[in-house]
Amino acid sequence: MSASSVNIPAQFEVVDQPLDTQMTISMGPQHPSTHGVLRLELVLDGEMVVKCTPDIGYLHTGMEKLFEYKKYQQGIVITDRMDYLNPLGNNLCYVMAVEKLLGLEIPERAQVIRVLMCELQRIASHMVWLGTHALDIGAMTVFFYAFREREKILNLIEAASGGRLTPSYFRIGGLMMDLPAGFERRAQQFIDKFPKAVDEFETLLSGNTIFQTRTQGVGIITADDAIDMGVTGPCLRGSGVAVDVRRTNPYTGYETYDFEVPVEQSCDVWGRYLVRMRELRESLKIARQALGRLKPGPVKADAPKVVLPDREAMKTHMDALIHHFLIVAEGFNVPAGEIYHPIEGSKGELGCYVRSDGGPKPSRVHFRGPSFVNLSALPHMAEGEMVADVVAIIGSLDIVLGEIDR
Amino acid sequence: MSKDIEREQAIAEAAASEPLQDQATQLINALQSTHAEAVSDVIQAFGEITVVVPRERIVELCEYLKTTPEFAFNLLADICGVDRGPEEDPRFEVNYHLFSTTKFHRLRLKVVVSEEDASVPTVTNVWRTANWHERETFDMFGVRFDGHPDLRRILLPDDWQGHALRKDFPLRGYEPYSLS
Repeated sequence: MSASSVNIPAQFEVVDQPLDTQMTISMGPQHPSTHGVLRLELVLDGEMVVKCTPDIGYLHTGMEKLFEYKKYQQGIVITDRMDYLNPLGNNLCYVMAVEKLLGLEIPERAQVIRVLMCELQRIASHMVWLGTHALDIGAMTVFFYAFREREKILNLIEAASGGRLTPSYFRIGGLMMDLPAGFERRAQQFIDKFPKAVDEFETLLSGNTIFQTRTQGVGIITADDAIDMGVTGPCLRGSGVAVDVRRTNPYTGYETYDFEVPVEQSCDVWGRYLVRMRELRESLKIARQALGRLKPGPVKADAPKVVLPDREAMKTHMDALIHHFLIVAEGFNVPAGEIYHPIEGSKGELGCYVRSDGGPKPSRVHFRGPSFVNLSALPHMAEGEMVADVVAIIGSLDIVLGEIDR
Repeated sequence: MSKDIEREQAIAEAAASEPLQDQATQLINALQSTHAEAVSDVIQAFGEITVVVPRERIVELCEYLKTTPEFAFNLLADICGVDRGPEEDPRFEVNYHLFSTTKFHRLRLKVVVSEEDASVPTVTNVWRTANWHERETFDMFGVRFDGHPDLRRILLPDDWQGHALRKDFPLRGYEPYSLS
């Protein structure tokens, strides 16, 4: 019996059909390299990305609405859950905006601890970026090395605040509490050992030919385009623009610290990688200086109507007890006005807009998430690249969907 | 207790009478003289400058602030909507937070619109980053941006009813939302 005489249904015929049309595929929302629930609608011509449309909102939880129903101090815990890799940065941004409205003076020790913790958090956030970025490109080992280091920082944050991912350590008027005994020694240990770990990462990736080939010349965005599209943070510095909010609009005393703003001119994924690797060392430098500046002193502002009293004072002093009751039960009134406070988060300019009507609850809180704006530049970088490069570009943007969707 | 009251008064006074840096004052004066009809009001508070702009003039003023070398506001940091409450008129505000990557100064532009005619001309032709910010403001407040290339909802589903950040939108929504 010859093959041609067998009646095969048409759809099982093996024929060469050139793919001459464009194909639309959905990347995500459950794709592991989209770092959360991001969906990209990709129009492909072969392996080439013709059009890329991000679809966001899967993680929208109405945080900005929720702020309006919470007292000012209750809002801090919501900020933890936005950019969950950089919660202390979110805390700082929010509490500093409210402190500006209140006109609070923050004691020196609290400021130094804020800088120290924020820089440690920045390193932890960059560790997640490094691990997952390398993992997406195919280098699995880096992931374990990076998370090993991140674990040490999370232990430090846990020692100080009691929380690992959601510390809520910074409060309006200062800190939740002072650093625990032995913290400085442990932080010093980490800071002394970490440069060796960065060297390790660099031996794994910086000289790695596969990594270089996958990242160099990929996801180009020029400085003009980056500024026009609102890109900030390491992504902007990877395009050769030396803008860092810690330097341009200093807060919590960053103007007194000695650090460099790393800049790369290559405008590609590789440039953004190099910027973040150098930032690790700069953050460490700031953290070391902050640790050296720690002097005993108060960690809460002298504002009894805003800052919760000490436990001991509350048990022995009538007015402290009254203040405690009022703050917890009714909150405190914030003078009417509006503030936009920008800080340098681990991913770019993190801005917090707070508007007060004079009551104990904000009338509007809005967060300018760097991930949100950086992601909006993704189509510009990804169109014209291969579909595998999209994974590398998303990794280099370092997005967190919790902050994008809010 | 009295210490706190004194402090609050001091803050209110400081916020009201806070002198701006000379350079910033000069720039704002220059802006007021060249674009008198585009500057309805200048508010100085908490160390920030807010310029209230009639909505017909917003695109023109943004273009001017971006291209003039003394201002050089080349980066639009943020657009955020505000609902003052259903009883207020004009009800909505749109705040533009501008930043300059060469001069490092910041400025807030404010456009106020009423509920009946909640629309503002788009600034996507000035800064491309305005695209998503305006979509978010439309999604959350229902403020339309005329001339926007792709004015769709961005965070909430396309068939969502209402605008979630309006003050009269209940916290838990009107009814449980289902994707089916």
